[in-house]
Amino acid sequence: MSVSTKNPPLAATAKDDSQVRQKQMIAAHYARLARASESGEKNVYTFVPGNLTELLRSFDLLPVLPEINALQSGMRGKSAEYIALAEKLGHSEDVCTYVKCDIGMLKSGNVGPTGERLPSPDLLLLSYTGCFTFMKWFELLKQEYQCPVVMLHVPYQAEGRITDSMRAYVTAQIRQKLIPALEQVAGRKYDEDRLKECLARSAQAEEDLVWVLQSAKNRPSPIDAWFGAVYYVGPIFSAFRGTPEAVEYYRALRVEIQERLTKKLGPVTPDGMMTEEKYRLVIEGPPNWTSFREFWRMFAEEGAVAVASTYTKVGGMYDFGFRHDPERPLETMAEYCMGCYTNLDLSTRVGILTRYMQEYEADGLLVNSVKSCNSFSAGQLAMLREVESRTGRPVGFIESDLVDPRYFSASNIKNRLESFLQMIAQKRGGAA
Amino acid sequence: MTETLPALVQRATELSRDWRLSSVRAWKQRTGALAIGYLPVYVPREVFHAQGVLPVGLTGAGDDLEIIKGDAFYQSYICHLPRSTIELGLNGSLDCLDGIVFPATCDVIRNLSGVWRMQFPSKMSRYLDVPQDFDRAMGGVFYRHELEDIAREIHERGGRKLEAEALRASIRVYNENRTLVRELLTLRREAPWKLPTAELYVVLRAGLVLPVEEHSAMLRRYRDLAQADAERRPRDQARVVLTGSFCEQPPLGLIKTLERAGCYIVDDDFVPVLHWLRGDVCTEGDPLANLVTAFLEDSIDSPVRYCGDGTKGQELVQRVDESKAEGVLFCAPSFCDPALLDQPMAQAALDGRAIPWTSFKYSENTGQFHVIREQAGTFADSIKLWSEA
Repeated sequence: MSVSTKNPPLAATAKDDSQVRQKQMIAAHYARLARASESGEKNVYTFVPGNLTELLRSFDLLPVLPEINALQSGMRGKSAEYIALAEKLGHSEDVCTYVKCDIGMLKSGNVGPTGERLPSPDLLLLSYTGCFTFMKWFELLKQEYQCPVVMLHVPYQAEGRITDSMRAYVTAQIRQKLIPALEQVAGRKYDEDRLKECLARSAQAEEDLVWVLQSAKNRPSPIDAWFGAVYYVGPIFSAFRGTPEAVEYYRALRVEIQERLTKKLGPVTPDGMMTEEKYRLVIEGPPNWTSFREFWRMFAEEGAVAVASTYTKVGGMYDFGFRHDPERPLETMAEYCMGCYTNLDLSTRVGILTRYMQEYEADGLLVNSVKSCNSFSAGQLAMLREVESRTGRPVGFIESDLVDPRYFSASNIKNRLESFLQMIAQKRGGAA
Repeated sequence: MTETLPALVQRATELSRDWRLSSVRAWKQRTGALAIGYLPVYVPREVFHAQGVLPVGLTGAGDDLEIIKGDAFYQSYICHLPRSTIELGLNGSLDCLDGIVFPATCDVIRNLSGVWRMQFPSKMSRYLDVPQDFDRAMGGVFYRHELEDIAREIHERGGRKLEAEALRASIRVYNENRTLVRELLTLRREAPWKLPTAELYVVLRAGLVLPVEEHSAMLRRYRDLAQADAERRPRDQARVVLTGSFCEQPPLGLIKTLERAGCYIVDDDFVPVLHWLRGDVCTEGDPLANLVTAFLEDSIDSPVRYCGDGTKGQELVQRVDESKAEGVLFCAPSFCDPALLDQPMAQAALDGRAIPWTSFKYSENTGQFHVIREQAGTFADSIKLWSEA
């Protein structure tokens, strides 16, 4: 007899208001990008980790995030054909599928996830933060576009701290290379006061986001801090940090989650509200996007809730106190970049996971190891063992990929997930 | 008795396969000094040398060791080098090292530095973040801090304090070594039958474990013996550049297979630390600044180095031209992000010049070469039979 019993039927409810609103914001951004050639708005391609959205916005430049395009393509069933095209063009089956999805999309006419054509970049801002592949990705894009490229090299926090030398290096690159390039593209001078306003708004949004993520410390957790939080971090990771829309979104989200908390409601899942929280998990690694809802259902049906995750920190690590500081505009952006999760050394990552396990009273740690992302994945098995030894709590391991559906084996993942949850249940003495 | 060519090559082969680092242990016993390992692709060995430290290049265990524990640390889609490095650490082979430096190469090597630190917390474990901004006032300042930090840590662990005069002397010693390496690479381009790559490779690779002065003596001796060997005569083989093998190294059997399949390898990426800097490092003025400047401005193109203003693949085309090669072998380790992500750009550059190429992958412990032999043989034949040249 299985120790684990299925969760009672999920209560049918509509989507969270915040989820709907987030989708509208992202869709509106894509629509704005599609109109860019008529409106004359300029855009900058850059990456989520180490993105300098406030700076771009202070120049009225629109960010385009290739990883977001790729994951959106994955969620909308487009990534398989894009990856196949890239591989046909000579890209190895061994490398990052975000890159191949992006290249395939580009070669297919650069039609974005909403079905509208994306503009070509006016600038490629290579924010080389926490991921070596970013560098190769933009070298590849550089060959496709006739536009300037700026490299912003963000040093790795190998010793678990930001040194003066690291901060000075990044700040100097922003001041002496990036800002002049942005001035050139935007046709206007750098306006530090405007940047400070953006940064102040970032800090406000970050404050509310942290509150929302930390609401998962409650029982039951009103949110799912991995699947659900993907939607929550959407605006702040993509194009909206530093904007009034982001401030409004995160304020509204906080009110929404406060209401769920007051009513002691569980998180909303693909099939409605979860009525019984059976397992509280910390999750390391990104989710799979091609079978996102199916993947989420596997957890929801078991009553498994993510109470904390590391993927939701790749675009900024705010829950240990960092906030953008408008009084030190360039330095604070440098510190932000260096603080993104995948730019942290493994010992620090283990420390974060251990803290999450304890502070969120998690039953176990689950690693979703994705083939495409060595920045996340290389070393995860050692991290897993270290967290297990520090916390004495069960750890589990599943494998999938970001946007390549060939690497999502539902039955395999489900088996492993169920075994892991059974292990937790047995550890509790069959109380689940 | 003077060492013969076969004896020298045999000694170099043993050194290149000496994953137990017995020569390093012997050196330490003799000198009582520190030995510090480093991963591919480049570290400024002059700094270690000036502090009395033996720099030891680590390239896994090739096909000589069965990996058991190391596999438990890495998923199937990650390259082989970190597995064997961990295996060697856990089986005690690297105990003689007082630390390891992990240069910024890719995410796997970067994270290996963290795994290593968790496994061996008492040993020095340093990630060397090399700049991808090549401006002296930015990347240069940052890189200098990195080197000063490493030198400080080596000193704290018992190495000599880094002094300008000692560093200048070390730069001279390494300049001499680089000159010899360049000379051998040029000789191979001119007469690959005199310096077969499978042989030159082990002679160069011995430099990862030998003190640089001994390695330079070996290179000199090898140069003289190989050139003097009248038995070595040219054959009708295709001249190829081999690229993609700059980090995890192929098994020696693979290199021999390529040569037996009809290829003269006239240029390659093997053991790049030995020829990372194109020319000599200046010995006048501030030696640390000179090392920094050399790295910023005189490094070879590499997939691990940001290609800013240049055009990807251009240097490969240039290497083909300079070596009078007739084709290119893309020979990268499986799951090597830098090599494999770079490959389409390099291939496009070759296509632009109608330079033939073929590609295959390996692991350091690949044991079956039949398919690669057929592929390389067909490639060499096609060049010889149908090439316009």
